Amino acid sequence: MACTCGGHNEALFAQLDEVIEQHKDMRGSLISVLHKAQGIFGYLPEEVQAYIAEKMDVPLSEIYGVVTFYALFTMKKKGKYTFNVCLGTACYVKGSGKLLDKLQEELGIGVGETTEDGLFTIEACRCVGACGLAPVVTVNDKVHGHLKPEDITKMIADIRAAEQN
Amino acid sequence: MSKIASFEELKALQAEERAKIAVRDGQAPNPANLAKHHVLVCAGTGCSSSDSMEVMAALEKQLAEAGLSAEIDVVKTGCFGFCSLGPIMVVYPEGTFYTHVKVSDVPEIVESHFKSGQLVERLLYEVPGTGTKATDMSSIPFFQKQKRVALRNCGTINPENIGEAIAHGAYQGLGKALTSMTPAEVVAEVEKSGIRGRGGAGFPTGKKWKFAAGYQSDEKYVVVNADEGDPGAFMDRSILEGDPHSILEAMAIGGYAIGAHHGFIYVRAEYPIAVGRLEVAIAQAREAGLLGKDIMGTGFDFDVDIRLGAGAFVCGEETALLTSVEGKRGEPRPRPPFPAEKGLWNVPTFVNNVETLANIPVIFTEGAEAFASVGTAGSKGTKVFAMAGKVNNIGLVEVPMGTTLREMIYDIGGGIPDGKAFKAAQTGGPSGGCLPASALDTEIDFDTLVAAGSMMGSGGLIVLDETTCMVDIAKFYLEFTQDESCGKCPPCRIGTKRMLEILDKITLGEGTMEDIANLETLAKTISTSALCALGQTAPNPILATLKFFREEYEAHIVDKKCPAGVCKKLLQYSIDADKCKGCTLCARNCPVGAISGTVKEPHKIDTSKCIKCGACMEKCKFGAISRG
Repeated sequence: MACTCGGHNEALFAQLDEVIEQHKDMRGSLISVLHKAQGIFGYLPEEVQAYIAEKMDVPLSEIYGVVTFYALFTMKKKGKYTFNVCLGTACYVKGSGKLLDKLQEELGIGVGETTEDGLFTIEACRCVGACGLAPVVTVNDKVHGHLKPEDITKMIADIRAAEQN
Repeated sequence: MSKIASFEELKALQAEERAKIAVRDGQAPNPANLAKHHVLVCAGTGCSSSDSMEVMAALEKQLAEAGLSAEIDVVKTGCFGFCSLGPIMVVYPEGTFYTHVKVSDVPEIVESHFKSGQLVERLLYEVPGTGTKATDMSSIPFFQKQKRVALRNCGTINPENIGEAIAHGAYQGLGKALTSMTPAEVVAEVEKSGIRGRGGAGFPTGKKWKFAAGYQSDEKYVVVNADEGDPGAFMDRSILEGDPHSILEAMAIGGYAIGAHHGFIYVRAEYPIAVGRLEVAIAQAREAGLLGKDIMGTGFDFDVDIRLGAGAFVCGEETALLTSVEGKRGEPRPRPPFPAEKGLWNVPTFVNNVETLANIPVIFTEGAEAFASVGTAGSKGTKVFAMAGKVNNIGLVEVPMGTTLREMIYDIGGGIPDGKAFKAAQTGGPSGGCLPASALDTEIDFDTLVAAGSMMGSGGLIVLDETTCMVDIAKFYLEFTQDESCGKCPPCRIGTKRMLEILDKITLGEGTMEDIANLETLAKTISTSALCALGQTAPNPILATLKFFREEYEAHIVDKKCPAGVCKKLLQYSIDADKCKGCTLCARNCPVGAISGTVKEPHKIDTSKCIKCGACMEKCKFGAISRG
């Protein structure tokens, strides 16, 4: 199959080749390869899946099945800042639902969506285990705790201001 | 560290390593030229999230500038458990327990504590109701009723230094098993301890090992379930972060017992710190000859690999987990055959949870009788609970089985904040249930929780107060299980969806009494027909809330009211004309212009416009606005 890597940098596919090579003797390695591939590309578009299918000699349908089964794999490109609202029980009873409402209201997008300017993505997750700081939102893996809805407004404004400078 | 060639060598090394960190036992270090103070900084996920690693870096830098680096060692350690006080720092040999330490506090700590020998009073924990400051952990009520077995090394050692783990007895249990016991004796010892699996249903661990040992195969596996998915439970993560060697040791003991030479740790990708610590621990254990070929010169080979999960709750179920380790969609398989017969790649396997395994080495160093002397008749040892929600002291709590909920929530947890009333304790996560105030004095173990309509699960303990709506909580859990249902079996895939729709209807004020009957019928059907534990236990939150809080369901259905004031559609805001001063603050803050009235006259809310956001009630200075 010809490479259909379209807009993607060939250097990224070279990195992916390396990953696949490293895992060739590992039994049941598909999920590990997908984790690494997502680390390289930021997401797992069909062309990356097709490439892995070809190189690892696994049916594309099987790869697609695995990618869509697990919540951490995504086929959509994410924004520069991903807000992940913890909806674990401890955060939920302390009002993380209101944080999520505020975030959606401020950005005008829903969970799993990205703003048109490519700046923000909203996600919801189940417990990051920082229950002592509930309710928490992570922004690109940095945990922000003890938040109120008005803090969300400020966080977004701060990022927008920083991006303009 | 060079290879440890025999168990005798390991024993000698333990004494040597312990002497090096004797400062933490309140003694002088040996050799004497080592640091006189050790500062332990919590590097668990909770404290790291509030910048403990930045605090640690600042402390190291300022100690260097003050020329104190040789005298004072700064050590990263695992979770102390009292997460709501983070970042936490403990200074030895004094044992001073500093809380909420920020980077800006570091200069004062260096000046005052280390240069002048004066404690920094304002960073000490104030014992509630006494006005006195606790100078060390032993005078803090949160720690007094706890008994740390599984968490024994969390907060005492640097998890990235195998020497410190060895100092605290790591691999001694493995050494004893390999040199003085047969595999059958190892299994018998675990059976005798009475330990039951800490991950969910409480199946006897010894029995699991015995079954796996009983099947003949050249290839067998030990698998660790570190896919801690219950929201609000984080004990497994803390053990992996604070004491990874205890898990590696237990895996090797298990491998010896059943005849396996390879193990996998299946850990959530959401736990990057835990994964990193495990990687370091595995590398160090291999280098020391405690994993790999010919462990401690006994001829026994055992090695471990890590597999990352990818965000699927169902993978906490053992057969789904095994399928995921194989690199496939993590769907459960019908049992039997059980993993003991046909597990990973269809060969005999046992799957144990992290907390269970953290207890195993202790059974071998202290003996099965000593382990079994703690706990209740049917549940031996201790249990770690992740206490969170509406409780003052949030964190990890390890108590003997049989401790009451009241002791946990009030003595250890410090009660409910803001003078609110206790309503219920949710245990067991999405598979569990909730216990009302009448169950506060129940002695908690595997069996009493089941009898009370809940379950232990992995030990999440979420405290709920009067502002929590129990129908909403049931809906919250159903949203979770419905979302996480893998879709393989119809009772779970369709049944959880139908139950969620009914709950949705009730919280919107559109429910009928028939809906309660339908929920009960569906619950029974799903729990008896779903393929795996996820579906079988999905109805539990509904059944438990119906059992103890049926009147709340009825209030939603019959009176169209949410007594806790949570379900938006059922709320009505109104202004008390006698209390309203006509200040107009509410009208100016209403986002939809639903409030009208003239200055200095009582205002009114147009309920047809009101979106029930509660902004008016928050702003009113006269308490004139009520919700009902």
